[in-house]
Amino acid sequence: MLRATLKSLLGRKLRLVLSGLAVVLGVMFVAGAFVVTDTLGRSFDQVFATAYATTDVGIKAKPKIAVSEMEGEQVDTPLPASVIDEVEKVDGVRSATGMVTEDGARVIGSDGKVVQSYGPPRLGNNWIGEDGQVQLREGRGPAKDDEIAVNAAVAKAAGIKVGDRVGVLTLQPKKTFTLVGVWGYPGDKDSIGGAQEVAFTTPVAQRLMLGQPGEYSMINVKVDQGQTPAGVRDRIAARLGSDYEVKTGQQLADDSAAGMKEVLSFFNKILLGFAGVALFVGVFLILNTFSIIVAQRTRELALMRALGASRRQVIGSVLLEAVVIGLIAAAVGLAAGIGVGAGLGYLFTQLADGLALAPIGVPLAAVLSSLIVGVVVTVVAAVLPALRASRIAPVAAMQDVATPDRPLTKVSVAGAIVGAAGATLLGIGLYGSGGLWLILGGVLVSFVGVALLTPLISRPVVSALGRLFSWSLPGRLGRLNSGRNPRRTAITAAALMVGIALVTGVTVVMNSAKTSLAAQAEDTVKAEIVIGGDQNGPRPPTFDDSVLAAARKVSGVRAAAGIWNDQAQVDGKLTYVNATDDLAKLSDAYGGPALATLRPDQVAVSTQEMADHGWQVGTALTVQLARGDQHRYTIASTYDEDALPGSYLLPAAATKDFGITQPVIGFVRLTDGTTVAQVLPQMKALVADSPEVSATDRTTYIQQQVGTFDTVITMVQVLLALAILIAVLGVVNTLALSVLERTRELGLLRAVGLGRGQTMRMVTVEAVVISVFGALLGVVVGAGLGAAVVRALNGEGIDQLVLPWGGMALYLVLAALVGVLAAVLPSIRAARINVLQAIAAE
Amino acid sequence: MIGTKALEPVAARAEEVWKVYGTGDARVVALRGVSASFGRGRFTAIMGPSGSGKSTLMHCLAGLDTVSRGTVHIGGTEVSGLNDKALTRLRRDRVGFIFQQFNLLPTLTAAENIRLPLDIAGRKPDQEWWDTVIKTVGLADRLSHRPSQLSGGQQQRVACARALMGRPDVIFADEPTGNLDSKSGAEVLSFLRSSVREHGQTIVMVTHDPVAASYTDRVIFLADGEVVQELDRPTPETVLEAMNTREVLV
Ligand SMILES: Nc1ncnc2c1ncn2[C@@H]1O[C@H](COP(=O)(O)OP(=O)(O)OP(=O)(O)O)[C@@H](O)[C@H]1O
Ligand SMILES: [Mg+2]
Repeated sequence: MLRATLKSLLGRKLRLVLSGLAVVLGVMFVAGAFVVTDTLGRSFDQVFATAYATTDVGIKAKPKIAVSEMEGEQVDTPLPASVIDEVEKVDGVRSATGMVTEDGARVIGSDGKVVQSYGPPRLGNNWIGEDGQVQLREGRGPAKDDEIAVNAAVAKAAGIKVGDRVGVLTLQPKKTFTLVGVWGYPGDKDSIGGAQEVAFTTPVAQRLMLGQPGEYSMINVKVDQGQTPAGVRDRIAARLGSDYEVKTGQQLADDSAAGMKEVLSFFNKILLGFAGVALFVGVFLILNTFSIIVAQRTRELALMRALGASRRQVIGSVLLEAVVIGLIAAAVGLAAGIGVGAGLGYLFTQLADGLALAPIGVPLAAVLSSLIVGVVVTVVAAVLPALRASRIAPVAAMQDVATPDRPLTKVSVAGAIVGAAGATLLGIGLYGSGGLWLILGGVLVSFVGVALLTPLISRPVVSALGRLFSWSLPGRLGRLNSGRNPRRTAITAAALMVGIALVTGVTVVMNSAKTSLAAQAEDTVKAEIVIGGDQNGPRPPTFDDSVLAAARKVSGVRAAAGIWNDQAQVDGKLTYVNATDDLAKLSDAYGGPALATLRPDQVAVSTQEMADHGWQVGTALTVQLARGDQHRYTIASTYDEDALPGSYLLPAAATKDFGITQPVIGFVRLTDGTTVAQVLPQMKALVADSPEVSATDRTTYIQQQVGTFDTVITMVQVLLALAILIAVLGVVNTLALSVLERTRELGLLRAVGLGRGQTMRMVTVEAVVISVFGALLGVVVGAGLGAAVVRALNGEGIDQLVLPWGGMALYLVLAALVGVLAAVLPSIRAARINVLQAIAAE
Repeated sequence: MIGTKALEPVAARAEEVWKVYGTGDARVVALRGVSASFGRGRFTAIMGPSGSGKSTLMHCLAGLDTVSRGTVHIGGTEVSGLNDKALTRLRRDRVGFIFQQFNLLPTLTAAENIRLPLDIAGRKPDQEWWDTVIKTVGLADRLSHRPSQLSGGQQQRVACARALMGRPDVIFADEPTGNLDSKSGAEVLSFLRSSVREHGQTIVMVTHDPVAASYTDRVIFLADGEVVQELDRPTPETVLEAMNTREVLV
């Protein structure tokens, strides 16, 4: 039996390749995800090891608020210079250097724009001279207060050279410096892991990066010869007490790398999620392939049964074939995955310019998951066909191969049940206490349900679709062929449905959210002009707060106010808080309720937040901001959640303790009778020195803000492209096997005069009908799912259902094109059929 | 085309046709210089033992296969040397086929199968001719059935009707009654004969059955790829006798 199976397997290479390809692609994605996270992880290890290479022991003050890499940016608490004296007294300390090194030094390039970062920090440091890492390439370190040096990465990205006057944004608005030096790193590197670095003199760095003269971010300790960093660390820690974090350079590097890896593992999970979808689609493809193969092998299998093979052996034979295909595909997929991982890694280094990629490695997780996923997916998909194979009666060996189409009642009933179960799960997930897993599970189960119902739907729909092509004979033949085997057509189409349904669903939700939020913003925000920018890195764009005061003086301006934003601990809980320079003006500018300006110890809180915590006006809250000490604020006023931005509004006095001490958004309301066009040019002029932001009219600003939803749609489309590609392979597969199965028929058609072109058109129509049917299902199911999610999110403020008609139509057109493409190879094969052999074929 | 048809008394003609399959040890000479003419409006049978080259000759005549040497004409057209496109058109417009089995497309109804070559060509069947053919094959009440709903004899008659519908220069039938019982076979054969008698159709039929051969006007005997004997106005007895004198089991 084993020999027979392997022989028959090798005898049909096409079958092997086609059914294996789906698994290969799925496994490739899985392995690629593991390889890229592993490689990037090790790359970050290297980056941080280099960053802390000159640190034996590092001392930092405990942060006021602990924020993980996933949650946002943690703000260092500065150390007073007196700590350095303390540390120097510790036994084994050779030197202790105060360092300023903080994210947020944004250099304005020669083009007047801020040099962007899509991830790596933009550090502002104090210049402490060259060391093992920092090596001047040109010029010297800053000696005067208006001098800076930058690393080569900054110099290149900003297009600046020694002697230039360079603007830098820090905690303070734009300041201009003379560039006196450019440095690099050993090995001719321009940066450490893509970080942009600017060095000021120490007092300037303290003022601009920490806001605290005479203080430091960290103390960098070198130990005496013969001392271990760990030993010295323990002694320093004992001396300084629990207000400080004392770590060896190694620990600091590990901690930073661990933070990055947390982000990477999140990234990994997303990739694996999409790989899962691809594999789910792959199951359809394999199931279909095996079903077709079993149907075609009916005689062979029946002969085996007639010769005495048991049912078990027949099942075993089919499953064995699945295991072999699964193993081979997993191996090929793993190899391809390593390539994909390397490619993604390279792409990442291109984005995070300057990150040196560690050598590509193959983690055990990649190997194991590839093999397990490959084999399990293939075998699971082969179980049904195997069972069907075992039910072939031995007499079938003597009968005509054509097995009558079994009735669809059972599948349809099963489909209805599974579909209902999926819908129920989805319902609980969306409306009940459910959660994401329940929703995802519900979606997948619903897909299976719909897939099972598809054969039933396929009859009328396919014949209706096919009618579009019936004007020509090849079209009619193609249409008839696609309606011939409802199960086969249905599974092929269902595979395509999954990807398209997900894309459509996400698009529905995103478009609805976008439209709803934009409409709400248009409704609530009365300010005609908004000052703000696009955030595309970890740090939001900010502007000089003096702009606000200046804006108020412009004639035609009724009110103007700014918003500061940060994370803070309110009564011990981490949450986002806003501050405004003047609550009364903000209310007026934004169009909220008339509220009084807050005193320095007052806060305004949204009614919803108050209700959640049982607070009342007059309740005192303890707030710890990123800087400074805890502060008690009394709730002075309250507002409806959407009436003003955010749930907490702190007074102007609090802004100096925010991580980012400048406003992120400003609202400007005009007096009646003033037009935007009259005031906008002046506003634009005011923000000229804050190149991260611009002044725009409200609608433009809102559209910019909701533009992120489009980015999400694009990302989802890209990631689901693989699932759709696999589904397309499914169409190719089904057609190729059908062409093979219908060799005699094709021969007959050719014999009675069907031309090659006509033959190809016939196959193409079949492919187009199948893929358009799949897309149609996908669009309908996706719109349904999207609508369900939107309805469930009604309470969250998504109150408009927007169906992407254009997008949906586009998917149908693309599906037709895909059908044409999928038909290329099978139709060439069909056209090349040798008429004589086809007629003679048994 | 009609013009040449009238002038040309021969519907199909093979001249010194050789057909060699394979090379070296696997070399098989299926036809060795076969020359034969098939007169217009005549019903010809090709007989001979298994492997004698009957099917090969027919395929070469019909443009389904290429000849190794020699020439083949259908009507006034030389078939050898036509490219695939021209051959396809030739088969579509000027040749009809009836195979031993698997003659019909399972997805199409009987009527659609009959119209298939015309549909491929994008031509409309002539209503009068349509009615005549349908009446002669006696399928009027079966036209909307699919092949799976028809008996083997009915399927063959549908195939005959299809071959006839385009009024081709010549119809080739390879053992059209090979799979049928004698009664259905007789129906198909008399139908073929009447289409020759009444409508001047040219038919070339391969058969092993002396009775089937007796429906024809002339029998050509092949052996080892060569024409060995011809027999005009055959009867079952004369055919049998010819077969016996050749001492060959057919
Ligand atoms: N494609 C091919 N390749 C090689 N040899 C072939 C091929 N087709 C036919 N032959 C050989 O050519 C010879 C004639 O075959 P053909 O099919 O014409 O015989 P036939 O007279 O039709 O026989 P039957 O009565 O059994 O149908 C045979 O010896 C056969 O083996
Ligand atoms: Mg033969």
